Formats: sequence, C-alpha cells, structure tokens
Amino acid sequence: MEFRQIGIIAGKEFWDRIRNRWVLAVALVFTVFALAIAYFGGAQQGAVGFRSIEFTIASLVSLVIYLIPLIALILGFDAIVGERERGSLDLLLSMPITRFELLLGKYLGLAAALAFSTVAGFGLVAVVLSTQLNLAALLHYFGFMLSSVLLGMAFLSLAVMVSVFATDRTRASGMAIALWFFFVLVFDLLLLGALVVSGGHYGGEIFPYLLLANPADVFRILNIFTLDDVRTLYGLATVFPRALADPWLLGLVMFAWIAAPLGIATWRFRK
Amino acid sequence: MASISPAPADVRPAAKAETVVVTRAVTKHYGAVHAVDGVDLEIVRGELFGLIGHNGAGKSTLFKMMLGLIPLTSGEILIDNASVSGSGFRAVRRKIGYLPENVVLYENLTGLETLQFFSRLKGAPLQDCAPALERVGLAHAARRRVREYSKGMRQRLGFAQALLGRPQILFLDEPTTGLDPEAIRGFYAILRRLRAEGVTVVLTSHILAEIQERVDRLAIMAAGKVQAIGSVQALREQMDLPLWFDIRIASTHLDAVRSALGHLPVSAIEARDDHVAVQCRREAKMAVLEALAALGGKVLDLHVREPSLEDVFFGFSD
Repeated sequence: MEFRQIGIIAGKEFWDRIRNRWVLAVALVFTVFALAIAYFGGAQQGAVGFRSIEFTIASLVSLVIYLIPLIALILGFDAIVGERERGSLDLLLSMPITRFELLLGKYLGLAAALAFSTVAGFGLVAVVLSTQLNLAALLHYFGFMLSSVLLGMAFLSLAVMVSVFATDRTRASGMAIALWFFFVLVFDLLLLGALVVSGGHYGGEIFPYLLLANPADVFRILNIFTLDDVRTLYGLATVFPRALADPWLLGLVMFAWIAAPLGIATWRFRK
Repeated sequence: MASISPAPADVRPAAKAETVVVTRAVTKHYGAVHAVDGVDLEIVRGELFGLIGHNGAGKSTLFKMMLGLIPLTSGEILIDNASVSGSGFRAVRRKIGYLPENVVLYENLTGLETLQFFSRLKGAPLQDCAPALERVGLAHAARRRVREYSKGMRQRLGFAQALLGRPQILFLDEPTTGLDPEAIRGFYAILRRLRAEGVTVVLTSHILAEIQERVDRLAIMAAGKVQAIGSVQALREQMDLPLWFDIRIASTHLDAVRSALGHLPVSAIEARDDHVAVQCRREAKMAVLEALAALGGKVLDLHVREPSLEDVFFGFSD
C-alpha cells in the first residue's frame, strides 16, 4: 500500500469540497442550527436564552441524527459510481494506484471535508457559548462534536459502499435515500414493533443491544444515555444495561460501523 | 472479394526486436457474448501499432485488458514482461501513458491543475506540466477551467496527460477524435518523435485513411478476433485485392488499346471516350504495364490505384 497515492486522492477530494464552498455551506448550517437550538430551544417552555448544556446537546442530538446521516450520504453516494458514469474511472485506474488506495483516498478526503465542516460549524458555537460554560460542560459539548464526526464517518462509509455497488448514479441516490430512511426513521419503529408484538416477553434483555446495529442509535446512546442526569430524567437508569453506557465500547462499535462498509466496498470494488 | 485467410501469415515482427506488448490467446466473455476471442499479438519496442475495427469488434475491450482495467476470462497479457494481472504491474503502470476514448477530465480543475493531479499520481516531476501543455498547444489555456475547454482542447489535454512521466508505452484510444486537420498533423508529428526515442505506441482509429500512412503495422479486429495483422502493404498482398489502371488515351485509339489488353488476364475493362479503366490482379500488373508500354504514344497518361486500407478493412471485417 502506498500512502502517498491515498493522500493525493484524498487531497483532491478535500480541496474540491473547499473550493466549491461545500465545507463552508455545511459548517454554516451547523452553526446556525446549533445557535438557534441553544438560545431558542426552550421557547416552548416560555423561556428564551441559553439554559443548560445538557438540554442543548439533547436537542442538538435529535437534529443532528437526521441531518448528518443525510449530508454524509449525499456527500459520498457517487464517489465511485460518479467517476464510472462520467467516464473518468478508467483513466484513474490506469494510474499506478490500486483500487483499495483509490477507495480509501476518496473516503478519507470526503471524511476530512465532513469532519472539518462539523468541527468548524459546532466549534464556532462552543466559542460563542464559552463564557457561559464550565469545563465539564465544554467536555460534554466536545464529546457531542466528536460523536457527530463519528456518526458522519459511519454514514459516509455506507455511502461509499453504495457508490461501489450501484450501477449508475440514479440507483446510487435511491439506495442512499433508502439507507437513510431505514436507519433514521424505520429501524427504531421496527424494534419497538417487535418488542410490542412479542409482548415484551422475549428478547427484552437483548433489545438494548440491538440498538448497536444502527449507527444512528449508537450516536444517540453515546450522547444521551452516557449523561447520568439525562438517564435519570428519562427514568432509564434501571432498564438500561450499564455496558451500553460505556463511551469506549460505543466508540468501538462506531469504528466497526466505519470499517465494515468500507471493507465490503473494497471487496466488491476489487472484483 | 478474396477469402479471409484463416491464419494471419505475418504475425511476428522481426525476430530480434524486443517485444513490449504480448497477448496470448486472450479471451473476454460476457456470458454468451465473446467480446474478445483468442487474440494473439506481439508489439515490439518503438513500433507504432494500429488497432482497427467496427464498433463492437472488441478493440476497446482488448485495450482495457492490456491496461489491466478489466480481468481476462482466459489467456495472458504481458506488458514489458509483467503480467497485467500480477502484483508487479503497478511499476509498469508508471511507464504507461493512456488516453481513453472520449477522455473525461475534471471540469472544476484548470488545465494545469489537471496535469498536476495526474503527474502526482504517476510520480512524475510537477515542473514538466507546463511544458506538456505547451507541447500540445494549450499553454494559453493553462489557467482556464476544463469546463470552458472545447472538445478538441479536452482531447489535447488528455494527450498531454498521457505524455506525463515520459511513458515508454502509449495506449491511445481514438486519439484524434475532435481534432482539426492541423492538430492531427501536430499529433502525429509528436508520435513520430516519440517513436524515434523508442516509445511504443498502440492506437485505435476509425479514420482508416489517417492511420494508413502512419502506422508501422496494424491489426484488423472483427467479432472479437484479429482477422489480419501486418503492414498495410502486407495486408494488401495478403488480401490479394485487385488494383486498377486509369489510362488516358487519344479517343481515336480506343479499339487498339482494347484489343491490346483483351488477351491479358484482366478482370474488367471499362472504356469511355478518352478514358480506359482496367482492373487486374496483382500478378498481372507487370504484364499490363508492358502491354501499355508497347502502345507507345497512344497512351497519354497512366495512374495505378492500389486498394485502399478501406478496401482491405472491409475485405477482412465483412
């Protein structure tokens, strides 16, 4: 493996997103949403203004869980199939580069663009709020940013996998949207449905672990259930297994969600 | 039309020359479709080799297999003694320049940035990019984005890309598409210089007249097979296509000329006013010339029409 070749591809993908202002636009979206939620998130309760970092993060999580998977899927769905459909893939592959290096370079460049937007967009908000936050609150917020980046990486990995399997861009976009629907909207309903149908008699203990089969849920758990007061607030402290409140374990699961689709994509791309 | 000879006679170039591209019984099957079917080729260093055939003849598929872009169903391809499917092929890729058919480059990059990107991938010196643009006449457009380029400019940029890193072997798929006649001349001038430096060039073209005067040898492909291979002259002889004499005479001597040629083994005589056209086989060529010489001043002018590459091509590919 030649890291130089990976770096060249990644560099091009990253600078393409900087140059066409994709990074700037996404960072702005994150900043605006985060600020609006921080200051107006409690408006329904009749209060305007920054309240607490826990509630801000909890509100941001419910927004980000829709937004970041969507952005990541849109960013990556045509990484390979786009080159193939335009007709530039053959020329790229005639270069002294392996298919794995090309795929990894594409992924890393796009991941860098998404991570940069996420950190810049939410980081700006942290700077704005910094006077009202103590160190613990800042660490919580930093944890939220980090998990947002991981969430983006996981869905970007799925998107790149789609871009290898799809035969054309139209199909790739369809598959990407379907993945978004499944993981963000349908998955939890299916789990709940299964739980209700079984009357809670079967699988009640494994139910929380099934949430690990969805990177969006892993992200939610990372941000919500690792906060002690939130867990208490939702009355979940007793039913939720302690193991799943371990951020390191959850982080590991997230890395598996990043690595597995990329691995499958590489296997397929080499065939 | 002459029958197609089952086994091309002269498939091998001069024995001592170093072979750079070797294909052995190469096949590519897509289900029941035999896109490439048992192709044997040997191309030597410094050769300008043409690959021609109708659309769907299998030449682009063969090209992609030579570049290791698609796997072979069976057979073997060696480029510079390395198998295209082997792990050592990455090193060979650095010596290869490739211009795909209808080259597609990145619209958002400028001409110079495009070359810099591919230069980095090839590990070629970046300072060669600007001279490469100059070489193909694009120095003035170096800082313009590719989306503003015309079809011909894109093709020239694609060619400049193929020349990056001083490749030893060039694969050019329909390289003159979209070029005006002057640019085509410039293109072949560059190829001739490269060939003089020992660069091997494999190109496809559908403009037969253009390739005819410029390649050392060519292979005619049809239905996934190489139907014929050799120099244009060798192919003409192999096909044994008839040639034509166009003879201008004083109109009063028409009958004399007719009777002089009548006893010769000619396949057709067309006479009109002061013009006689005679078709004959190659082996009768000298006999016809002698008969015409014997007519002395009755013949005013003479022109011999050799079968064109088109005639040869359709003879083999039909």
